[in-house]
Amino acid sequence: MALLLRGLRLAVLVAFAIFFVAPMVWLVLAPTKSDRDLVSRGPFTFGSFHNVALAWQHLNAFSDHIFLTWIGNSLVYAVSATAIVLVTAIPAGYALALGSFPGRRLVLTTTLVVMIMPAAALVLPIFLELNALHLIGSVFSVILPFSFFPFGVNLAYIYYSTAIPRELLDAARVDGCGEWATFWHIALPLAKPVVALVLFFSFVSDWNNFFLPYTVLGDSKQYPIQVGLSTLLSSTPAFNPATGGGGQQVGIFRPELAIATLLAVVPVAIVFMLSQRALVRGLVGGGVKE
Amino acid sequence: MPSSTTDPGNSSPVRATRSRGLHGWRGFAFVVPYLALLILFGILPVLYALKLAFTKESGAWAGLQNFTHTATDYRFKPALVHVLLYTSVWLTLLILFVVTLALLLHGRASRASSTFRFLYYLPGALAGAASVLVWLFMLDPSVSPGSFLVHHVLRADLFVESIAPGKLPFIFAMIAFWTGAGGWVVVMYGALNTIPQELDDAARIDGAGPLTLALRVKLPLIRKWVAYMTILSFATGTQLFVEPQLVNQASLGMVPDTWSSNQLGYQLAFRYADFNSAAAISVDLLAIGLLGAVVIITRTGLFKADD
Repeated sequence: MALLLRGLRLAVLVAFAIFFVAPMVWLVLAPTKSDRDLVSRGPFTFGSFHNVALAWQHLNAFSDHIFLTWIGNSLVYAVSATAIVLVTAIPAGYALALGSFPGRRLVLTTTLVVMIMPAAALVLPIFLELNALHLIGSVFSVILPFSFFPFGVNLAYIYYSTAIPRELLDAARVDGCGEWATFWHIALPLAKPVVALVLFFSFVSDWNNFFLPYTVLGDSKQYPIQVGLSTLLSSTPAFNPATGGGGQQVGIFRPELAIATLLAVVPVAIVFMLSQRALVRGLVGGGVKE
Repeated sequence: MPSSTTDPGNSSPVRATRSRGLHGWRGFAFVVPYLALLILFGILPVLYALKLAFTKESGAWAGLQNFTHTATDYRFKPALVHVLLYTSVWLTLLILFVVTLALLLHGRASRASSTFRFLYYLPGALAGAASVLVWLFMLDPSVSPGSFLVHHVLRADLFVESIAPGKLPFIFAMIAFWTGAGGWVVVMYGALNTIPQELDDAARIDGAGPLTLALRVKLPLIRKWVAYMTILSFATGTQLFVEPQLVNQASLGMVPDTWSSNQLGYQLAFRYADFNSAAAISVDLLAIGLLGAVVIITRTGLFKADD
């Protein structure tokens, strides 16, 4: 009986492992096969590296190397927004945790509410606001909203209110440090773990965001990779038979779409694998929204 | 804190620094840059959406007109039904399987347990458009490794049959489960680890088997995390946009571009330039998100705005 239960437990765990992992394994192997091989050969067979090179050439040639432009755009948006997040969120979390000033509670509560609210709920309102300000189509209409990251403030707030002894900061002040010097020389170096966490979360959420850039950008040359993928999808005849010439002119077929998807997630996937432990601490410590 | 402030020898320097420190304007200055962003992209958009939602194009007061107008739009109810159906399927999957998997993994801590958690968690890296593309491949019977399942469970021989409108709430729920469930398994597992070992031992001595232990002792202790996951996922689920938007592109218009409520709001703004109606729908969705956040903060006790 006990043996049967253990077997059942293992069977359930393995079945879910297959469900979670099989699609990713398929995706990694897909670019090694031609479009015809994908249909005729076994789904988990390896084709050849030659096919990978071919798929990349077709993808790179698509619309005058626009794929690399999209990756570059994603990097620019995610990196610059994350830089602003770090500069604004860490000092804010610090002062909210250790300071006392009028409005502190209000800022904290608002931050918490906006953090827990799904990010997508704010996209249309932000679009309407930027539209009224005639900022639609500018890269700042992506970078500036990305730079508002209440989750980062909350992480810094939790860290400073639990992990930093106030006496240490007071000691610096007694030694004649001003408030900025105290923050810069004492509080900031102590917060390295939380800086890394905020950096990671902010970068990932910006890199993966589809809805906001899709809404506020007009020119396909400005698209980040997530929105670019949707353009590639529309150009793949297997998923969109209306594509002109059965896809021959643009050369985007299923292997090309697969390699594009794979390349689009590589930066996040690497950091993701390296930082599971830190991530879990962040998740359990403050909650996270998707 | 070990260095207590009641130590009399310590009290005078502490008092001396009270007048300094992050009080008043000095503290506020640290918050100003973030506050500017909070106002510009957190508060003003909401206020502006509210203003648009309650006024006409001319700027005149419209009362609830935009809300009743959009609610009676022929696309409003189907979109709402789609989103609610999707959300309920997704929540059922999440609650049932995340809790089951976390309890199964926690029953016997081992290296295998951490490997399983890592494998479950990995698809989280493929959020957004990438996860949808992967699943479009999985649903294409001609290339899918699960073509057997696509044929027999979804009863589809062609890709377009896989994404028939009636099946979409279930498919989107599966995609969302695939990307997000692993993260939650890890969170629940972490929460289970905070249960004191003595409690575990006491229950065992009292003769509780692994099943009783899981259901009677462990489950009640992670209840607030399950509540948090449920409310947060409900609020997130109602905002569905990326998945139906991409499937619309891959279906030759068989799936309408107003499948979800957020898509309807988007179309009203973009295709019809009817910003007041779009604002009314976004206010509906904001209200759901806001309600979810407030319930989580006031009811689950997981977040404290102040200590």
